Amino acid sequence: MPQIAQLGEFYSSQIFWLLIFFGITFFVVGRGMVPKVMDTVASRDNQIAADLKAAEAARAQADAEEASWRTRENANRAEAQGTIAEARAKAAAAAEQRLATAQASIDATLAGAETRIADARRAAADDIEGVAAEATRDIVNRIAGLSLDDAAVRGAVKENLVHG
Amino acid sequence: MAAEAKLDPMHQFQLEKLAGADWNIAGYNIAFTNSALWMAIATLALIVFVAGGMKRQLVPGRWQMAVETFTGFIDGMLAANVGKNGKKYVPYIFSLFMFILFANFLGLMPLGVVGVHAFTFTSHFSATGVLAVLSFSIVLIVGFAKHKLHFFSLFVPHGTPVPMIPIIFVVELISFLVRPFSLGLRLFVAMMAGHVLLEVLSSFVISGGNAGPALFVIAGLPSFLLMVGICALELLVAGIQAYVFALLTCVYLNDAENLH
Repeated sequence: MPQIAQLGEFYSSQIFWLLIFFGITFFVVGRGMVPKVMDTVASRDNQIAADLKAAEAARAQADAEEASWRTRENANRAEAQGTIAEARAKAAAAAEQRLATAQASIDATLAGAETRIADARRAAADDIEGVAAEATRDIVNRIAGLSLDDAAVRGAVKENLVHG
Repeated sequence: MAAEAKLDPMHQFQLEKLAGADWNIAGYNIAFTNSALWMAIATLALIVFVAGGMKRQLVPGRWQMAVETFTGFIDGMLAANVGKNGKKYVPYIFSLFMFILFANFLGLMPLGVVGVHAFTFTSHFSATGVLAVLSFSIVLIVGFAKHKLHFFSLFVPHGTPVPMIPIIFVVELISFLVRPFSLGLRLFVAMMAGHVLLEVLSSFVISGGNAGPALFVIAGLPSFLLMVGICALELLVAGIQAYVFALLTCVYLNDAENLH
Protein backbone atom coordinates (compact mmCIF):
# COMPACT_ATOMS: atom_id res chain seq x y z
CA MET A 1 0.00 0.00 0.00
CA PRO A 2 1.97 2.99 -1.27
CA GLN A 3 -0.12 5.33 0.87
CA ILE A 4 1.55 3.88 3.96
CA ALA A 5 4.77 2.54 2.47
CA GLN A 6 5.70 5.92 0.99
CA LEU A 7 4.32 8.02 3.80
CA GLY A 8 7.68 8.69 5.42
CA GLU A 9 9.22 9.80 2.19
CA PHE A 10 6.39 11.90 0.79
CA TYR A 11 4.17 13.21 3.60
CA SER A 12 5.86 16.62 3.66
CA SER A 13 5.61 16.96 -0.10
CA GLN A 14 1.94 15.91 -0.08
CA ILE A 15 1.03 18.33 2.71
CA PHE A 16 3.03 21.18 1.17
CA TRP A 17 1.62 20.90 -2.34
CA LEU A 18 -1.91 20.27 -1.16
CA LEU A 19 -1.78 23.40 0.96
CA ILE A 20 -0.30 25.35 -1.97
CA PHE A 21 -2.86 24.23 -4.52
CA PHE A 22 -5.84 24.23 -2.18
CA GLY A 23 -4.69 27.66 -1.06
CA ILE A 24 -4.62 28.83 -4.67
CA THR A 25 -8.07 27.34 -5.19
CA PHE A 26 -9.41 28.99 -2.06
CA PHE A 27 -7.99 32.45 -2.69
CA VAL A 28 -8.41 32.60 -6.46
CA VAL A 29 -11.65 30.69 -6.90
CA GLY A 30 -13.29 30.78 -3.48
CA ARG A 31 -12.43 34.34 -2.45
CA GLY A 32 -11.90 35.86 -5.88
CA MET A 33 -14.49 34.42 -8.21
CA VAL A 34 -17.29 32.87 -6.17
CA PRO A 35 -18.44 36.15 -4.52
CA LYS A 36 -18.73 37.72 -7.97
CA VAL A 37 -20.76 34.80 -9.27
CA MET A 38 -22.99 34.99 -6.18
CA ASP A 39 -23.31 38.76 -6.68
CA THR A 40 -24.51 38.16 -10.21
CA VAL A 41 -27.09 35.69 -8.99
CA ALA A 42 -28.21 38.01 -6.18
CA SER A 43 -28.47 41.03 -8.48
CA ARG A 44 -30.46 38.98 -10.97
CA ASP A 45 -32.79 37.79 -8.20
CA ASN A 46 -33.18 41.39 -7.03
CA GLN A 47 -33.93 42.59 -10.53
CA ILE A 48 -36.52 39.86 -11.04
CA ALA A 49 -38.14 40.73 -7.71
CA ALA A 50 -38.12 44.45 -8.59
CA ASP A 51 -39.57 43.77 -12.03
CA LEU A 52 -42.30 41.63 -10.54
CA LYS A 53 -43.07 44.34 -8.02
CA ALA A 54 -43.21 47.00 -10.76
CA ALA A 55 -45.49 44.79 -12.83
CA GLU A 56 -47.72 44.25 -9.81
CA ALA A 57 -47.88 48.01 -9.17
CA ALA A 58 -48.63 48.68 -12.83
CA ARG A 59 -51.43 46.17 -12.74
CA ALA A 60 -52.88 47.71 -9.58
CA GLN A 61 -52.75 51.15 -11.24
CA ALA A 62 -54.40 49.79 -14.36
CA ASP A 63 -57.12 48.24 -12.21
CA ALA A 64 -57.69 51.53 -10.39
CA GLU A 65 -57.78 53.44 -13.67
CA GLU A 66 -60.25 50.97 -15.09
CA ALA A 67 -62.45 51.31 -12.02
CA SER A 68 -62.42 55.11 -12.22
CA TRP A 69 -63.08 54.95 -15.96
CA ARG A 70 -65.98 52.63 -15.24
CA THR A 71 -67.57 55.04 -12.73
CA ARG A 72 -67.06 57.92 -15.15
CA GLU A 73 -68.52 55.85 -17.95
CA ASN A 74 -71.51 54.90 -15.81
CA ALA A 75 -72.12 58.54 -14.90
CA ASN A 76 -71.89 59.56 -18.55
CA ARG A 77 -74.24 56.80 -19.54
CA ALA A 78 -76.78 57.83 -16.89
CA GLU A 79 -76.53 61.41 -18.04
CA ALA A 80 -77.01 60.39 -21.66
CA GLN A 81 -79.97 58.25 -20.64
CA GLY A 82 -81.50 61.29 -18.89
CA THR A 83 -80.96 63.50 -21.92
CA ILE A 84 -82.57 60.92 -24.16
CA ALA A 85 -85.58 60.56 -21.85
CA GLU A 86 -85.99 64.32 -21.69
CA ALA A 87 -85.75 64.67 -25.46
CA ARG A 88 -88.25 61.88 -25.89
CA ALA A 89 -90.70 63.48 -23.48
CA LYS A 90 -90.34 66.85 -25.22
CA ALA A 91 -90.83 65.27 -28.63
CA ALA A 92 -93.87 63.35 -27.40
CA ALA A 93 -95.44 66.51 -25.98
CA ALA A 94 -94.80 68.44 -29.21
CA ALA A 95 -96.27 65.63 -31.29
CA GLU A 96 -99.35 65.49 -29.08
CA GLN A 97 -99.85 69.21 -29.40
CA ARG A 98 -99.52 69.09 -33.18
CA LEU A 99 -101.92 66.17 -33.24
CA ALA A 100 -104.45 68.11 -31.15
CA THR A 101 -104.17 71.11 -33.47
CA ALA A 102 -104.64 68.93 -36.51
CA GLN A 103 -107.60 67.21 -34.86
CA ALA A 104 -109.21 70.55 -34.10
CA SER A 105 -108.80 71.75 -37.67
CA ILE A 106 -110.16 68.45 -38.97
CA ASP A 107 -113.13 68.74 -36.59
CA ALA A 108 -113.80 72.27 -37.80
CA THR A 109 -113.63 71.18 -41.45
CA LEU A 110 -115.91 68.24 -40.67
CA ALA A 111 -118.45 70.45 -38.92
CA GLY A 112 -118.44 72.89 -41.88
CA ALA A 113 -118.88 70.04 -44.32
CA GLU A 114 -121.77 68.58 -42.32
CA THR A 115 -123.49 71.93 -42.19
CA ARG A 116 -123.11 72.31 -45.95
CA ILE A 117 -124.48 68.82 -46.52
CA ALA A 118 -127.52 69.56 -44.32
CA ASP A 119 -128.14 72.83 -46.19
CA ALA A 120 -127.86 71.09 -49.53
CA ARG A 121 -130.25 68.40 -48.37
CA ARG A 122 -132.78 70.97 -47.22
CA ALA A 123 -132.48 72.88 -50.46
CA ALA A 124 -132.89 69.65 -52.40
CA ALA A 125 -135.97 68.74 -50.32
CA ASP A 126 -137.48 72.17 -51.04
CA ASP A 127 -136.82 71.74 -54.75
CA ILE A 128 -138.44 68.30 -54.72
CA GLU A 129 -141.48 69.80 -52.90
CA GLY A 130 -141.81 72.53 -55.53
CA VAL A 131 -141.42 70.07 -58.44
CA ALA A 132 -143.85 67.61 -56.81
CA ALA A 133 -146.42 70.34 -56.17
CA GLU A 134 -146.17 71.55 -59.76
CA ALA A 135 -146.43 68.01 -61.07
CA THR A 136 -149.41 67.34 -58.81
CA ARG A 137 -151.17 70.45 -60.00
CA ASP A 138 -150.54 69.57 -63.62
CA ILE A 139 -151.80 66.03 -63.07
CA VAL A 140 -154.88 67.23 -61.22
CA ASN A 141 -155.46 69.84 -63.95
CA ARG A 142 -155.22 67.31 -66.72
CA ILE A 143 -157.13 64.47 -65.20
CA ALA A 144 -159.74 66.34 -63.14
CA GLY A 145 -159.64 69.60 -65.00
CA LEU A 146 -159.30 71.44 -61.79
CA SER A 147 -157.10 74.49 -61.43
CA LEU A 148 -156.06 74.34 -57.89
CA ASP A 149 -154.66 77.01 -55.75
CA ASP A 150 -150.94 76.84 -55.73
CA ALA A 151 -150.64 77.12 -51.95
CA ALA A 152 -153.23 74.37 -51.36
CA VAL A 153 -151.39 71.94 -53.62
CA ARG A 154 -148.12 72.73 -52.01
CA GLY A 155 -149.62 72.17 -48.55
CA ALA A 156 -151.07 68.82 -49.57
CA VAL A 157 -147.81 67.67 -51.16
CA LYS A 158 -145.86 68.75 -48.16
CA GLU A 159 -148.18 66.83 -45.94
CA ASN A 160 -147.92 63.76 -48.12
CA LEU A 161 -144.13 63.99 -48.42
CA VAL A 162 -143.76 64.39 -44.73
CA HIS A 163 -146.27 61.64 -43.82
CA GLY A 164 -145.98 59.56 -47.02
CA MET B 1 3.04 -17.09 -23.27
CA ALA B 2 2.96 -13.34 -23.28
CA ALA B 3 5.03 -11.54 -20.72
CA GLU B 4 3.28 -11.60 -17.36
CA ALA B 5 1.38 -8.30 -17.21
CA LYS B 6 2.22 -6.14 -14.23
CA LEU B 7 -0.97 -6.68 -12.27
CA ASP B 8 -0.35 -4.83 -9.07
CA PRO B 9 -3.59 -3.00 -8.33
CA MET B 10 -1.78 -0.78 -5.84
CA HIS B 11 0.78 0.40 -8.36
CA GLN B 12 -1.55 3.18 -9.47
CA PHE B 13 -1.17 4.84 -6.06
CA GLN B 14 2.62 4.95 -6.31
CA LEU B 15 4.04 8.43 -5.81
CA GLU B 16 6.86 9.47 -8.11
CA LYS B 17 9.14 12.43 -7.95
CA LEU B 18 8.77 14.43 -11.14
CA ALA B 19 10.99 17.34 -10.17
CA GLY B 20 12.75 18.89 -7.25
CA ALA B 21 13.94 15.69 -5.59
CA ASP B 22 16.25 17.83 -3.52
CA TRP B 23 13.86 20.67 -2.73
CA ASN B 24 13.78 21.10 1.01
CA ILE B 25 12.11 23.44 3.44
CA ALA B 26 13.55 23.27 6.94
CA GLY B 27 14.76 19.77 6.25
CA TYR B 28 11.47 18.56 4.87
CA ASN B 29 11.50 17.34 1.30
CA ILE B 30 8.90 18.95 -0.95
CA ALA B 31 9.58 17.20 -4.24
CA PHE B 32 7.04 17.87 -6.98
CA THR B 33 5.31 14.52 -7.43
CA ASN B 34 2.71 13.12 -9.79
CA SER B 35 0.24 13.75 -6.96
CA ALA B 36 1.22 17.42 -6.86
CA LEU B 37 0.92 17.57 -10.65
CA TRP B 38 -2.69 16.39 -10.51
CA MET B 39 -3.43 18.82 -7.69
CA ALA B 40 -2.16 21.52 -10.04
CA ILE B 41 -4.27 20.20 -12.90
CA ALA B 42 -7.36 20.07 -10.68
CA THR B 43 -6.72 23.63 -9.52
CA LEU B 44 -6.21 24.84 -13.07
CA ALA B 45 -9.31 23.07 -14.34
CA LEU B 46 -11.35 24.51 -11.50
CA ILE B 47 -10.07 28.04 -12.17
CA VAL B 48 -10.91 27.66 -15.88
CA PHE B 49 -14.34 26.26 -15.05
CA VAL B 50 -15.31 29.02 -12.63
CA ALA B 51 -13.71 31.75 -14.76
CA GLY B 52 -15.87 30.59 -17.66
CA GLY B 53 -18.92 31.29 -15.53
CA MET B 54 -17.91 34.85 -14.69
CA LYS B 55 -19.45 36.57 -17.69
CA ARG B 56 -21.94 38.07 -15.24
CA GLN B 57 -24.73 38.16 -17.78
CA LEU B 58 -28.24 38.91 -16.68
CA VAL B 59 -29.47 35.99 -18.74
CA PRO B 60 -26.85 33.29 -18.14
CA GLY B 61 -25.43 31.04 -20.83
CA ARG B 62 -24.90 27.33 -20.28
CA TRP B 63 -21.48 27.64 -18.70
CA GLN B 64 -22.48 30.47 -16.41
CA MET B 65 -25.59 28.50 -15.51
CA ALA B 66 -23.45 25.49 -14.56
CA VAL B 67 -21.17 27.54 -12.30
CA GLU B 68 -24.12 29.35 -10.74
CA THR B 69 -25.77 25.99 -10.09
CA PHE B 70 -22.72 24.91 -8.08
CA THR B 71 -22.48 28.14 -6.08
CA GLY B 72 -26.22 28.00 -5.48
CA PHE B 73 -25.90 24.38 -4.37
CA ILE B 74 -23.19 25.23 -1.82
CA ASP B 75 -25.08 28.32 -0.71
CA GLY B 76 -28.22 26.24 -0.21
CA MET B 77 -26.33 23.55 1.69
CA LEU B 78 -24.86 26.10 4.09
CA ALA B 79 -28.19 27.85 4.49
CA ALA B 80 -29.87 24.54 5.33
CA ASN B 81 -27.19 23.30 7.73
CA VAL B 82 -25.77 26.43 9.34
CA GLY B 83 -28.40 29.06 8.64
CA LYS B 84 -27.88 32.73 7.92
CA ASN B 85 -24.41 32.73 9.51
CA GLY B 86 -23.30 30.11 7.01
CA LYS B 87 -23.06 32.57 4.11
CA LYS B 88 -19.50 33.56 5.01
CA TYR B 89 -18.27 29.98 4.62
CA VAL B 90 -19.41 29.71 1.00
CA PRO B 91 -15.92 30.43 -0.43
CA TYR B 92 -14.31 27.75 1.74
CA ILE B 93 -16.98 25.06 1.28
CA PHE B 94 -17.18 25.81 -2.44
CA SER B 95 -13.40 25.48 -2.81
CA LEU B 96 -13.40 22.29 -0.75
CA PHE B 97 -16.28 20.67 -2.63
CA MET B 98 -15.10 21.62 -6.10
CA PHE B 99 -11.45 20.78 -5.40
CA ILE B 100 -12.37 17.27 -4.21
CA LEU B 101 -14.93 16.84 -6.98
CA PHE B 102 -12.47 17.83 -9.70
CA ALA B 103 -9.75 15.64 -8.16
CA ASN B 104 -12.08 12.63 -8.04
CA PHE B 105 -13.36 13.11 -11.58
CA LEU B 106 -9.92 13.80 -13.05
CA GLY B 107 -8.68 10.58 -11.44
CA LEU B 108 -11.44 8.65 -13.23
CA MET B 109 -10.72 10.10 -16.67
CA PRO B 110 -9.82 7.31 -19.09
CA LEU B 111 -6.56 9.02 -19.98
CA GLY B 112 -4.72 5.69 -20.02
CA VAL B 113 -6.09 5.34 -23.54
CA VAL B 114 -3.76 8.13 -24.68
CA GLY B 115 -0.90 6.95 -22.51
CA VAL B 116 -1.28 9.43 -19.65
CA HIS B 117 -1.88 8.00 -16.22
CA ALA B 118 -4.38 9.93 -14.19
CA PHE B 119 -3.52 10.11 -10.53
CA THR B 120 -6.20 10.47 -7.89
CA PHE B 121 -4.56 12.37 -5.08
CA THR B 122 -7.74 12.00 -2.99
CA SER B 123 -6.82 8.31 -2.70
CA HIS B 124 -3.96 9.33 -0.39
CA PHE B 125 -4.80 10.01 3.21
CA SER B 126 -1.80 12.29 3.38
CA ALA B 127 -3.80 14.58 1.08
CA THR B 128 -7.35 14.03 2.36
CA GLY B 129 -6.04 14.27 5.93
CA VAL B 130 -4.78 17.79 5.25
CA LEU B 131 -8.24 18.84 4.03
CA ALA B 132 -9.87 17.13 7.03
CA VAL B 133 -7.52 18.81 9.49
CA LEU B 134 -8.12 22.12 7.72
CA SER B 135 -11.89 21.77 8.12
CA PHE B 136 -11.53 20.61 11.71
CA SER B 137 -9.23 23.51 12.53
CA ILE B 138 -11.72 25.98 11.13
CA VAL B 139 -14.44 24.41 13.28
CA LEU B 140 -12.23 24.70 16.38
CA ILE B 141 -11.15 28.27 15.62
CA VAL B 142 -14.70 29.42 14.91
CA GLY B 143 -16.07 27.56 17.93
CA PHE B 144 -13.59 28.93 20.43
CA ALA B 145 -13.56 32.43 18.91
CA LYS B 146 -17.32 32.65 19.04
CA HIS B 147 -18.18 30.87 22.29
CA LYS B 148 -14.84 30.94 24.19
CA LEU B 149 -14.69 28.11 26.74
CA HIS B 150 -18.45 27.77 26.53
CA PHE B 151 -17.71 25.75 23.41
CA PHE B 152 -17.08 22.76 25.67
CA SER B 153 -20.79 22.65 26.44
CA LEU B 154 -21.02 21.06 22.98
CA PHE B 155 -19.92 17.86 24.68
CA VAL B 156 -22.78 17.90 27.19
CA PRO B 157 -26.08 17.47 25.36
CA HIS B 158 -29.19 19.10 26.81
CA GLY B 159 -30.97 17.09 29.48
CA THR B 160 -28.00 14.96 30.48
CA PRO B 161 -28.44 13.76 34.09
CA VAL B 162 -25.77 15.27 36.33
CA PRO B 163 -24.12 11.97 37.35
CA MET B 164 -23.77 11.07 33.67
CA ILE B 165 -22.06 14.29 32.66
CA PRO B 166 -18.42 13.14 33.12
CA ILE B 167 -18.95 9.97 31.09
CA ILE B 168 -21.01 11.66 28.39
CA PHE B 169 -18.43 14.44 28.19
CA VAL B 170 -15.67 11.93 27.52
CA VAL B 171 -17.76 10.02 24.97
CA GLU B 172 -18.76 13.19 23.13
CA LEU B 173 -15.19 14.49 23.23
CA ILE B 174 -13.89 11.30 21.67
CA SER B 175 -16.58 11.33 18.99
CA PHE B 176 -15.68 14.97 18.31
CA LEU B 177 -11.97 14.24 18.08
CA VAL B 178 -12.56 11.31 15.74
CA ARG B 179 -14.19 13.64 13.22
CA PRO B 180 -11.06 14.70 11.31
CA PHE B 181 -9.99 11.08 10.98
CA SER B 182 -13.38 9.86 9.80
CA LEU B 183 -13.61 12.82 7.44
CA GLY B 184 -10.22 12.19 5.84
CA LEU B 185 -10.35 8.41 5.89
CA ARG B 186 -13.84 8.18 4.38
CA LEU B 187 -12.80 10.00 1.21
CA PHE B 188 -9.44 8.22 0.98
CA VAL B 189 -10.98 4.76 1.47
CA ALA B 190 -13.83 5.33 -0.97
CA MET B 191 -11.54 6.56 -3.73
CA MET B 192 -8.90 3.88 -3.14
CA ALA B 193 -11.42 1.04 -2.98
CA GLY B 194 -13.08 2.10 -6.21
CA HIS B 195 -9.80 2.40 -8.08
CA VAL B 196 -8.53 -0.93 -6.77
CA LEU B 197 -11.78 -2.60 -7.78
CA LEU B 198 -11.54 -1.18 -11.30
CA GLU B 199 -7.90 -2.25 -11.54
CA VAL B 200 -8.64 -5.78 -10.33
CA LEU B 201 -11.53 -6.17 -12.76
CA SER B 202 -9.47 -4.86 -15.65
CA SER B 203 -6.70 -7.32 -14.74
CA PHE B 204 -9.30 -10.10 -14.98
CA VAL B 205 -10.16 -8.91 -18.48
CA ILE B 206 -6.52 -8.87 -19.56
CA SER B 207 -5.51 -12.12 -17.83
CA GLY B 208 -8.62 -13.84 -19.17
CA GLY B 209 -7.77 -12.63 -22.67
CA ASN B 210 -4.20 -13.83 -22.36
CA ALA B 211 -5.33 -17.25 -21.11
CA GLY B 212 -7.36 -18.07 -24.19
CA PRO B 213 -10.78 -17.50 -25.75
CA ALA B 214 -12.70 -19.79 -23.37
CA LEU B 215 -11.54 -18.03 -20.22
CA PHE B 216 -12.02 -14.67 -21.90
CA VAL B 217 -15.69 -15.48 -22.50
CA ILE B 218 -16.19 -16.96 -19.02
CA ALA B 219 -14.24 -14.45 -16.95
CA GLY B 220 -13.11 -11.60 -19.16
CA LEU B 221 -16.39 -10.49 -20.70
CA PRO B 222 -18.47 -10.54 -17.48
CA SER B 223 -15.68 -8.64 -15.74
CA PHE B 224 -15.68 -6.10 -18.52
CA LEU B 225 -19.43 -5.61 -18.29
CA LEU B 226 -19.17 -5.32 -14.52
CA MET B 227 -16.39 -2.77 -14.99
CA VAL B 228 -18.59 -0.61 -17.16
CA GLY B 229 -21.21 -0.60 -14.43
CA ILE B 230 -18.65 0.02 -11.68
CA CYS B 231 -17.24 2.93 -13.68
CA ALA B 232 -20.68 4.58 -13.61
CA LEU B 233 -20.90 3.81 -9.91
CA GLU B 234 -17.45 5.32 -9.35
CA LEU B 235 -18.53 8.54 -11.07
CA LEU B 236 -21.44 8.64 -8.65
CA VAL B 237 -19.15 7.91 -5.69
CA ALA B 238 -16.78 10.67 -6.83
CA GLY B 239 -19.65 13.17 -6.60
CA ILE B 240 -21.09 11.72 -3.41
CA GLN B 241 -17.78 11.70 -1.54
CA ALA B 242 -17.11 15.32 -2.43
CA TYR B 243 -20.66 16.12 -1.30
CA VAL B 244 -20.29 14.16 1.94
CA PHE B 245 -17.01 15.90 2.77
CA ALA B 246 -18.54 19.32 2.17
CA LEU B 247 -21.78 18.41 3.95
CA LEU B 248 -20.06 17.08 7.06
CA THR B 249 -17.89 20.17 7.19
CA CYS B 250 -21.12 22.19 7.08
CA VAL B 251 -22.60 20.11 9.90
CA TYR B 252 -19.48 20.56 12.04
CA LEU B 253 -19.45 24.28 11.28
CA ASN B 254 -23.06 24.39 12.45
CA ASP B 255 -21.93 23.00 15.83
CA ALA B 256 -19.30 25.69 16.05
CA GLU B 257 -21.62 28.49 14.92
CA ASN B 258 -24.81 27.62 16.75
CA LEU B 259 -23.63 25.28 19.57
CA HIS B 260 -26.70 23.01 19.77
